[in-house]
Amino acid sequence: MNKLDLLLVGVGGQGTLLASRILGAYAVKMGLDVKINEVHGMAQRGGSVVTHVRMGFHVHAPLIDLGGADAIVSFEALEAARWLGYLAPGGMVVTNTQRIAPMPVITGQAAYPEGVVDSLKACANTVALDGAALALEAGDLRAVNCVLLGALGAKCGMDMAVLEQALVACVPPKTVEINTRALHMGAQAAQQA
Amino acid sequence: MKKLMLGNQALAQGAWEAGCRVVSSYPGTPSTEITEFASKYPEIYTEWAANEKVALEVALGAAVGGARAMCCMKHVGLNVAADPLFTAAYTGVNAGLVIVVADDPGMHSSQNEQDSRFYARSAHIPMLEPSDSDEARWMVGRAFELSEQFDTPVIVRMVTRIAHGHGLVEVGPRREVPVKPYEKNIPKYVMMPAMARSRHIGVEKRENRLTAELAELGLNRVEMNDLAFGVVTSSTCYQYVKEMLPEASVYKLDMVYPLPVEDIRKFASQVGRLVVIEELEPFIEDTLKAAGIACEGKKLFSRQGELSARMVGKAFGVPMAPEGPKADFAVPVRPPIMCPGCPHRGTYYAIKKLGLSVTGDIGCYTLGAAAPLSAIDSCVCMGASINMSHGMGLARPEDAKKWVAVIGDSTFFHSGMTGLASAVYNKSKLTLVVLDNRTTGMTGHQDHPGTGKTAKGEETVALDIETVARALGVKDVFTANPLNPEDMEQALRAAVAVDGVSVVIAKEPCIMLTKARKPSFESDGQKCKNCGMCLKIGCPAIEKREKGVWINPALCTGCGLCAKLCRFGALGGQNHE
Repeated sequence: MNKLDLLLVGVGGQGTLLASRILGAYAVKMGLDVKINEVHGMAQRGGSVVTHVRMGFHVHAPLIDLGGADAIVSFEALEAARWLGYLAPGGMVVTNTQRIAPMPVITGQAAYPEGVVDSLKACANTVALDGAALALEAGDLRAVNCVLLGALGAKCGMDMAVLEQALVACVPPKTVEINTRALHMGAQAAQQA
Repeated sequence: MKKLMLGNQALAQGAWEAGCRVVSSYPGTPSTEITEFASKYPEIYTEWAANEKVALEVALGAAVGGARAMCCMKHVGLNVAADPLFTAAYTGVNAGLVIVVADDPGMHSSQNEQDSRFYARSAHIPMLEPSDSDEARWMVGRAFELSEQFDTPVIVRMVTRIAHGHGLVEVGPRREVPVKPYEKNIPKYVMMPAMARSRHIGVEKRENRLTAELAELGLNRVEMNDLAFGVVTSSTCYQYVKEMLPEASVYKLDMVYPLPVEDIRKFASQVGRLVVIEELEPFIEDTLKAAGIACEGKKLFSRQGELSARMVGKAFGVPMAPEGPKADFAVPVRPPIMCPGCPHRGTYYAIKKLGLSVTGDIGCYTLGAAAPLSAIDSCVCMGASINMSHGMGLARPEDAKKWVAVIGDSTFFHSGMTGLASAVYNKSKLTLVVLDNRTTGMTGHQDHPGTGKTAKGEETVALDIETVARALGVKDVFTANPLNPEDMEQALRAAVAVDGVSVVIAKEPCIMLTKARKPSFESDGQKCKNCGMCLKIGCPAIEKREKGVWINPALCTGCGLCAKLCRFGALGGQNHE
């Protein structure tokens, strides 16, 4: 693997940032150049959020372009659909099946679309996981990001031992065990999916 | 050793390495983390100032006093600090003074898209512009050196993508720079007309000297390649050019003011077509054209928003990957919203119930303008709510009691107090609602003069907003809990009935600060009539479903506002009998 452009998408407050830190640490351990870009401030308040992670021999642009992402990792199913335009030809979607209703849905002005995951599967190579259930099984609901990273790593041919080392370096010491378990459960679930 | 660092963190690291001793700032996206990271170095005294003007004056005082000092702000913060900025260019410094301004092309978290490079030109202050994290680190060091070498403040301009982008950084050790001796120098530091006239001449001379010596400063670089096509660029645009146009010859600017016009003229003569690629205004392009250097620029690119590698590629016919697939359904929008449990929601509910119009201000509470609350009529800049409400009352005296101004606690200390004093003095009848959530919420919970904690986390005096308001001449000050609608309504009614300036303090800490989660509420399907009352507050934890509302237990913080509004007692659950 000499280049990987990853788009992490979700809803503000879901914790996409920790996942991007782990991927950053992974790239450093692999001896690759890396850039991560995210938006802070108002956008983080429950809005649609995106983090760009680019690793490779030499990374120039801080952002991935439309049609450029090798994979989209989505913390919420609808957000995967929103950012699909960024997927490269042959790229992969790893999505959590959790749904969080956006404001127009909450107030009844729009409906949360039915069959989001099926629709994703119809247009892209998609792995859908119940991240929350797997995280709970691993020991903590907050380990969803590590479940998704495990699935991503397994499907994108990342070095899982290095990914685990990166995880250990980034998560709070008390949560290493649960998060490592979540990583492996995610990887296993993705391989079976 | 290379470390992966946020641009803002790298900048703080660079300041530390350069021997910076004092940092004074006011938070503002995308600049906030610079000061937060600076506060972690024991060698750097770091503070949150009440506003950017205060911050720059503190930093200037420290620099004149002999300590290397830095001051960080977002682009609109430089408007607030513009007063000292222009005259600091005259006084110059003693030890180095670096001003960091972070622009926000694309307005991810801002009210306008102004281009701070014009400040450098109009104040005659040199400006450096990094294009990645590592440049942010070393450029701040160069900025300190230039500041001392040319006796001027130096501005480092960040943009969102550099400030909030991580990249690999070659970190170094700290270089201790001793505090310089201070010497009284009235002609240099006392800007009365006679002295200022002579200093103004000095400003011009300094700029000419800097321009003449630019080539020896080791800044800016030429990357010669295809002679048919040359690009002049800086910042993020440099990265887009390297990504999409690897064959082009590039004049990469580290310093965007003053521009090395004669050197660029030489570059222009060596290449066929010359294009300037820059975000926002044609700042570089206009300078080159005024100097008679033929180039293209904004005819190829928008002045609006951010550029991207794709836009750069498209402008020159580079073949692009096709866009990814589209889902076969319409994706509902997901705009930012106030958090579940946010106390501002209760304030806006009460304001709306009383049919009041609102002049708004800058902070999380600006989100009260979003549907379904749609509670705010205006949002312009820090502190504007109070003064626009007074102005509205002058234009429409018959409506004076139908308007309230809302302002956050941090914004109140930033620029609300002067407006309040002015309103009292001018016999205004306005009602001000201070949304006191005990923090600077939007930028990520920084302390301010009302919180009792410094930027370094030390205990300090906590200014009391009620006492401040009374000291400014407001006789009628009410305090209410915004999560108790009756309490809030009562306070608002009493406040707008006052014949004169009144203040309501809606006091409840930010839910993201306390993380005080009580058991979540549940909707009783038997009792819920699906009347929509609880949906009016726009809480993301409450979802309208066919047979009544559903409360998302993963989001509900148990604040109880919705239950207080329900007329059928349908919202409760086993934890809330």
